[in-house]
Amino acid sequence: MGRVLPVLGSRRALHVVERNAMFYRNQWLMFASGFVEPLFYLLSIGIGLNHLVGTLDVGGRPVTYATFVAPGMLATSAMNGAIIDSVFNPFFRLKISHAYDSMLTTPLDVGDIALGEALWALARTGLYAVSFVGCMFALGDASSPLALLEIPGALATSFAFASLGLAACTYLRSWQDFDLITLFSLPLFLFSATFFPLSLYPRLLATLVWFSPLYQSATLLRGLNVGHLDPWMIPRLAYLCALGIIGLAIAARRFRRLLSP
Amino acid sequence: MTTLDASDDVVRARGVTKRFGDFDAVRGIDFTIRRGESFGFLGPNGAGKTSTMRMVSAVSTPTSGSLDIFGLDPASRGSEIRGRLGVVPQEDTFDLDLSLRLNLEMFGRYFDLPRRVIKERTGELLEFAHLSDRAEDKVDNLSGGMKRRLTIARALMNRPELLILDEPTTGLDPQARHLLWERLYRLKREGVTLIITTHYMDEAEQLCDRLVVMDHGRIVAEGAPADLITTHASREVLELRLGAEDHAALAPRLADLAERIEVLADRVLLYVDSADDTLASVHRAGWRPERALQRRSSLEDVFLRLTGRTLDE
Amino acid sequence: MSEVTSLGWSRWRRAWWFQAVYYAQTWRGSVVSSVLLPLGYLGALGVGVGHLVSHHSGLIDGQTYLHFIAPSLLATTAFQLGEGESLWPVLASFKWTRSFHAAVTTPLTPRDVLVGKLAWVATRAFAIGVLYALIIAGVGAAHSWWALTLPLLSVVICLAFAAPLAAYAAKVDTDISFPLIYRFGFVPMFLFSATFYPVSAYPGWLRPLVQLVPLYHGVALVRAACFGGAAPAVLAHLIVLLVLIVVGVLWGDVTFRRRLID
Repeated sequence: MGRVLPVLGSRRALHVVERNAMFYRNQWLMFASGFVEPLFYLLSIGIGLNHLVGTLDVGGRPVTYATFVAPGMLATSAMNGAIIDSVFNPFFRLKISHAYDSMLTTPLDVGDIALGEALWALARTGLYAVSFVGCMFALGDASSPLALLEIPGALATSFAFASLGLAACTYLRSWQDFDLITLFSLPLFLFSATFFPLSLYPRLLATLVWFSPLYQSATLLRGLNVGHLDPWMIPRLAYLCALGIIGLAIAARRFRRLLSP
Repeated sequence: MTTLDASDDVVRARGVTKRFGDFDAVRGIDFTIRRGESFGFLGPNGAGKTSTMRMVSAVSTPTSGSLDIFGLDPASRGSEIRGRLGVVPQEDTFDLDLSLRLNLEMFGRYFDLPRRVIKERTGELLEFAHLSDRAEDKVDNLSGGMKRRLTIARALMNRPELLILDEPTTGLDPQARHLLWERLYRLKREGVTLIITTHYMDEAEQLCDRLVVMDHGRIVAEGAPADLITTHASREVLELRLGAEDHAALAPRLADLAERIEVLADRVLLYVDSADDTLASVHRAGWRPERALQRRSSLEDVFLRLTGRTLDE
Repeated sequence: MSEVTSLGWSRWRRAWWFQAVYYAQTWRGSVVSSVLLPLGYLGALGVGVGHLVSHHSGLIDGQTYLHFIAPSLLATTAFQLGEGESLWPVLASFKWTRSFHAAVTTPLTPRDVLVGKLAWVATRAFAIGVLYALIIAGVGAAHSWWALTLPLLSVVICLAFAAPLAAYAAKVDTDISFPLIYRFGFVPMFLFSATFYPVSAYPGWLRPLVQLVPLYHGVALVRAACFGGAAPAVLAHLIVLLVLIVVGVLWGDVTFRRRLID
């Protein structure tokens, strides 16, 4: 592994994952409670908006509004979770507690830290996605077995945002700068065709939305959710993975520059 | 091929420089640190000590020159080198989300130590740091001295062959300093090689077998503390406060009484063989100093001689 | 005049300033959460989802979907301001920055600190209320002159959460319970307060439960101010929120004093 990913870290990155798991060991209730959150959202939408909005078309099939929205929310939660794990926590260890500096006095390398944090974000998203998809099946918002593929889809989403977030956190100067992250993630959340189909957007905006990784993710997951495979899924997935690799490479370089000049 | 001689050298630096942008932090230094000795880097803030420490810790790579640690090149085998080092950085940096015990245990994991060994050593190290009763506390709640002891304990988790301490006692009260020194003697007796940076003279004299004096990124002197004093300073010093008058103007008139004099803002230092005799001569010459202090020469005087500055400047 | 001063006005003003000065350095984040986020929701939900809704079901309680949810967003923003300013920030002022401890080394008393904190939060709620009243009027959702009371309603809703939560935050030692309160309290509250659809959408057994959710009363109050409503119901909503404020302030008076003096 060390030889396969010389720039990005080694097997030791798993120790960083272990460290984060150790932290949550004492806070398991909070960790576990994350898994019920999607239930609230899906229930609320199912109760109220299914009835008001009627059915929408996904891959040529009519679906309820909750079925339409749920994959978008899974994509959004993969994004938000990745941002929390890759921006807030690493920023604290990078610039406030300087915990990374002490980790670098051990055999761990800068690349191990960057990769480890990204892996942790992935692991957490993976668990969350499993429970989310479980809730979707339970509430009837997913029915096709292909919906299980939403889990790896959510992982790709998380990988893209976790890597970009990790790169971004190295540029932040203080807690105040987190507003900039919100300024980035908020429009993505609201305007990535998560709540309504792209066809409702004005043409110019629709072109912009097309570049949004969250839109690509939501659309990918939505197709999988109803079991409708189409060839466009491949470039969407590739786009997310490419962002992840670019982000991780930048993050590893920036980490090296800050921690080991 | 490792020779016997090379295995005795723990760190070897030849012409090492470190440049950050336009700033030369270290401008070509040579030194060799032998197994089992305790080696000091003495100098004021900004002399290049910390940059040197970071290079010796295999965290930062030299801009030019050759550096090897345990006979290995830190640029390519940093991880392996760090596995054999213990580092006490200038700032205490802990994982604030974790308790003392978990901080130590996790640190052991970074070294890939087996969990059983980690458990055992964590107990010993908490004992060593006098912190066993605080094991489940958050690090944030510790005092400065406790944090420093914990940092040192943490650096010992992997049973390092070489322990690097950057300003280990800065900011500690005298009692905490002496407790730390006592811990360091113990390690030295156990055969651990120590590298210490400090800007405290007494600390350097107490702890170091050999030291280098650094200034502006260069090494300006090297030797055992006592030798450095003999070479670069007289046996004794007479410090005179001459009242409100301008010291610099009066100084030349004192020059005949000493081997060498140094004029500071508030006093004049006379480097002499016997401070007693000189004080008598001063009185005979008609001077009535407000205050006169006689003492033995120290590393502070060596530093003043070599750099023209006091250490805390 | 000096009689009035000794009652605390001057000290409260100082405690208020203390908060204001701090806010002057951190206002950017609140623009995002208090202005851009709700506006984004209004655009995405009101216009986007609104289009779907009007296509399928027409009017909701006699309103377009945009008009229906515009008041909800005022209520939820006031709620989020009250909640967001009262858990972590209050605990931080006691525990991490210790700025409340610093404040009581001056002539300020614990009660002044509490009043100053709440007065400052109320000031912001009022400002947000004015902004939203303009937006609500701008999209044509203000059908009643009672809409002029929107800034005051914003203050009432905000304080109904800020006062009890600040009192609670003054009592705890760690923030360990906060994420749970958020997850099991605030998130469901946000979702199940007849915020995004009328209360008639809930199944019959759930409707009485929704009445127990404080934010529901805030949403209903704001909606009544925009579109008009039956006086007894409006009064009931208002009383629920005012009781929360009074209980919160009395409780906070105790917890702030205990934390800062005993």
